[in-house]
Parts: sequence; C-alpha cells; structure tokens
Amino acid sequence: MRWIWIDKFLEFESGRRAVAVKNVTLAEEHLHDHFPGFPIMPECLMIEAMAQTAGILVGQANDFREKVVLAKISKVVFHDFVRPGDSLRIEAQISSLAPEAAGTTGRILRDAQLIAEIDLMFSHIDQNLAGKKFPEENFVFTGLFTSLLRDVVSEAAGRAALPAESS
Amino acid sequence: MTMSRDEIFQKVQEVLVDALGADEEEVTADATLMGDLGAESIDFLDIVFRLEKAFGIKVPREELFPAESLLNNPELVSNGKLTAQGLAELRASVPHTDLTEFEKNPDINKLANLFTVNAIVNYIDGKINGA
Repeated sequence: MRWIWIDKFLEFESGRRAVAVKNVTLAEEHLHDHFPGFPIMPECLMIEAMAQTAGILVGQANDFREKVVLAKISKVVFHDFVRPGDSLRIEAQISSLAPEAAGTTGRILRDAQLIAEIDLMFSHIDQNLAGKKFPEENFVFTGLFTSLLRDVVSEAAGRAALPAESS
Repeated sequence: MTMSRDEIFQKVQEVLVDALGADEEEVTADATLMGDLGAESIDFLDIVFRLEKAFGIKVPREELFPAESLLNNPELVSNGKLTAQGLAELRASVPHTDLTEFEKNPDINKLANLFTVNAIVNYIDGKINGA
C-alpha cells in the first residue's frame, strides 16, 4: 500500500469485520479545490477509505499472503456531504471469501448518521488473470500500515500475520 | 426446498440485475452474460457469491462456470484461443453444450457466448430440485 487514507482501527475481528476512523481536516490540500469556498470530501476518497479498511481486513484473513486489489465497486450510495472536522467511522465486513477473491459490505457513519454504503470486491491477483506473473514480493501490503494494526490485532497473531517493516 | 423454474429465473434475474447493473428487461433467458449483459471476469465471482446467498447453497465457481476456469490456465489458452488440450477439457466440462460452431475458431472471447442466463437457471434447478 502506497498511502494510508485511514487514521486508525478501532476494532478488528480477523476474517470477519473491522472498524476504522478517518478524520477529515482542512489541512488536506485537495479540499481547497474541491470546492473553493465549499470544501467537501470527494466521494471517491470515501471509497478509498473503505477500500483500505476492507482491503486490509481481507488481506489479514489470509495472513497477507495474497496481493489484494480492488476489483469492483458492487454498490455505492452516498447520503450526505462530508466536511472538514468530520470524523468518519468506517465499518467493513467480509461477506464472502474465496481462494481467488473476496466480497465486503460496509458503511460509513458520522456519529450515528449514515453517510455512505459501500460494497466492494477484491481480487487475489495471483489467482486470477490467466496465470500472469506478478512480483513475488507483496507490493500491496508493505510495512507502511503495520502500526495501524499493531494495537488492534492481538500480539501473537499480529506478529505472525504482519510482514516485516520495510521502507 | 423445491422451487419452480419461474421462481428460480426471477431470483437469478434479481442477482444479475444487482451484480451487473443490468435492466430487468435485458436479463432474458437467452441473454449472454458477457456479450449482452457486459459481465467481466470479476463479475462471475460476484454472481457466484450472490447466488450462494440468494439460494442458500454452495456454488463452486468451476461447477457453475466450467469454461471460465479454463481461461485462467495458461496451458489451455494460447494467443487468446483455446489449445487442443483446452478444447478437450471444455468438451468434458460442458457435455450438454453444442460446441461445433465454437470449435471452428476457439477464440476465448467467443467462449463468453456459452454463458447464458438460462445456463445459470439450469444449474440452480439441477442443484436444488435435483433435476
């Protein structure tokens, strides 16, 4: 993963569900262009937050052996704007898990208010694409997000599951 | 649990409308998943997941889409066409499908035409009614 778009995990049940937080701040430069005088979080970035939350959940379910990439946005509904200062609660759960892919359902809340419903599908790319070869190294899950999971995945399980810290 | 073919068709139709964003009228018995309804490879898994939920059954992907799993095997596909071995495996996996037309030019893009809405209904029918 090249960049982190969620701030922390609140809950993490391996193979089942995860809850993450994304705090939106006016320090994010794109908000000044989206839109001038009316900063709202781009909806594609809400999908990104869900993709990271659900993607890490799916990756951890297989001990990060698979390269998990977003393959399909099965459903997405947005209910309200998100503004600077909002704290988003991103809830994801695994609805299906197969050797070659996974499906997740999820919703984004601000306090008790439903902001978005986002269902995704992830592909385990080594298991798909007609045997196309990808680098051995898991370039999807790097050590970048290790600290994200450190506090929520139990110590023993976490050590076994997480790849070594890398640049 | 037994279901009539109409009931099965209706549920399959619902699944395909949701999975492929297709209109209900488009999802006819003869519609092909890839050609008519615009399905891509990841959609096949989505369809499998949704069928499992809708009918409460286990649907092994290679059982529902036997031809599709061939596409992911580099020994069976070469330059976008099925190899002789690929064709042999396809014949074995879909014994009730007429392949004479397809064998003349085993382009994998045309393989897609073998997947119709009806094929899914047949499969589910066999699975839950033991037909």
